[in-house]
Amino acid sequence: MLAYFCNFKDLNMRKTKKYEPLVELIFRISSVMTIVAVGFIVLFIISKGVQPFLSSNKEGTYSFVKFISGLEWRPNDDINKAQYGILYMIVGSLFATGGAIILGVPISIFAAGYLSELANEKVKKIAKAGIMLLAGIPSVIYGVFGLGFIVPKIKEISPMPQGQSLLAVIIVLTMMILPTMIVIAENAIASVPSAYRNASYALGASKVYTTIHVIIPAARRGILVGVILGVGRAIGEAMAVVLIAGNVSGGIPTSLFEPIRPLTANVVLEMSYATGLHSEMLFATGSILMLFIIGINLVLSRIIKRMGKY
Amino acid sequence: MSKTNKRPKIQIKNLDFYYSDFKALKNVNLDILENKVTAFIGPSGCGKSTLLRTMNRINDLIEGTRIEGKVLLDDEDIYQDNYNVTTLRTRVGMVFQKPNPFPMSIYENIAYGPKLNGIKHKSQLDEIVEQSLRSAALWGEVKDILQSNALSLSGGQQQRLCISRALAVSPEVLLMDEPTSALDPISTLKIEDLIAELKKDYTIAIVTHNMQQGARVSDKTAFFLLGEVIEFDDTDTIFSNPSNPKTEEYITGKYS
Repeated sequence: MLAYFCNFKDLNMRKTKKYEPLVELIFRISSVMTIVAVGFIVLFIISKGVQPFLSSNKEGTYSFVKFISGLEWRPNDDINKAQYGILYMIVGSLFATGGAIILGVPISIFAAGYLSELANEKVKKIAKAGIMLLAGIPSVIYGVFGLGFIVPKIKEISPMPQGQSLLAVIIVLTMMILPTMIVIAENAIASVPSAYRNASYALGASKVYTTIHVIIPAARRGILVGVILGVGRAIGEAMAVVLIAGNVSGGIPTSLFEPIRPLTANVVLEMSYATGLHSEMLFATGSILMLFIIGINLVLSRIIKRMGKY
Repeated sequence: MSKTNKRPKIQIKNLDFYYSDFKALKNVNLDILENKVTAFIGPSGCGKSTLLRTMNRINDLIEGTRIEGKVLLDDEDIYQDNYNVTTLRTRVGMVFQKPNPFPMSIYENIAYGPKLNGIKHKSQLDEIVEQSLRSAALWGEVKDILQSNALSLSGGQQQRLCISRALAVSPEVLLMDEPTSALDPISTLKIEDLIAELKKDYTIAIVTHNMQQGARVSDKTAFFLLGEVIEFDDTDTIFSNPSNPKTEEYITGKYS
């Protein structure tokens, strides 16, 4: 009996010995490749993005302060008078993202709470299929929908002559980030131990009261993960917003009806034909966008970490 | 609260209980006497927890359950139409097998029930929290850490917190579903002492797997087998002189 077991163990060991290093190598290569790819992208974009601010740059130099604090983007004028200010784009991007998060977070929490705790199986099935579908729609389609439907509706109520606006961007971005946030929030809520539910019901609480006062707070960590992904998607979205933002050449938006020019739209609009300093300024825009995404991610993950396990 | 020892607080009459097609309780008749501890014993799956859970209607939440017969609380049928389940559950509190404090502060855990019932004043809540923790013999251990997360307490403390939480809505009956099965021996003894203390003010029904515990804490004991009450009598009688041979077999350790 003992001999049999030893033999069996040996066999197992031999097999393991043969394959394990190979499998481990595959795992390692895969993860290293991801990191290398991220590293290369960051390095490439930033190294191109800093060029215009170096005095040695052969395409000409532009002041970084003017770039980061400028309120106008006029690249096509005479080379000496060209304006590459992106502050108003940063503000526009942040407003749009913030608006989408403010609108999207409560909707996604309520939707997730409803789907996970209150809806019956049939409703749940249909809604989940719908959400998956929503997540799968290409972003350009969202943009076309925004341009064809939301922009004209806004134009009807807007004091401005056009419907392309911060509001249009916020609405479309909200629609785009909802599926991800709902799915993640729903998973977080569904994984709250049922012992909490029982405890609450046993004290006389209804399902709705329990969902609001126990289940959602208990799932807040998971919900915040969804918010991080939502922020990332909203601030980085280009194809949909470029169609509906208005893409003005200057000015900080002071109302929801004013057009904006998000950082992403700036790059998408001009990269295909820009040359020289202009092209480098677009890389600089991309670098700023990337820094914002990294920064926001760091801050939010710090918050999640600080919340502790519960 | 009256101290008449013979008054039934809860009466179970001809109770059948079904999980879909499975009949989990068969014609159960049982009185839970006021200010007494009634223990339900029997092997796993015999229906004792199911019976406990009919008394605060928490089985309602499981889909496909059905009940026939009556459960009377102070002579009123709790399964009648339009019966207020929220009120029922504040009158009949429950403590579960595994300690299940909410992932909130100790204070918030206890204030949860009172807040649900509309108590908002801080001073009033403070008093309820202190009273409830004192009743569960936990105040001394946690009075300086009321704002700490309840999940940082030990298992035994968590279970006493759950008892305080149940007491905070001033129930009349306390249902305990194997309250010590997840606890160490010392914590178990503390809970048992607590039960002896609590029966002065509350009517208690307890499910237990631990026969010594049943013998130690209860006044009345019901022995269950396959959904039926085989024997229901004073605890002393059940453990020393059971009238049904099946009870004796169980007591002497032939099942489990």
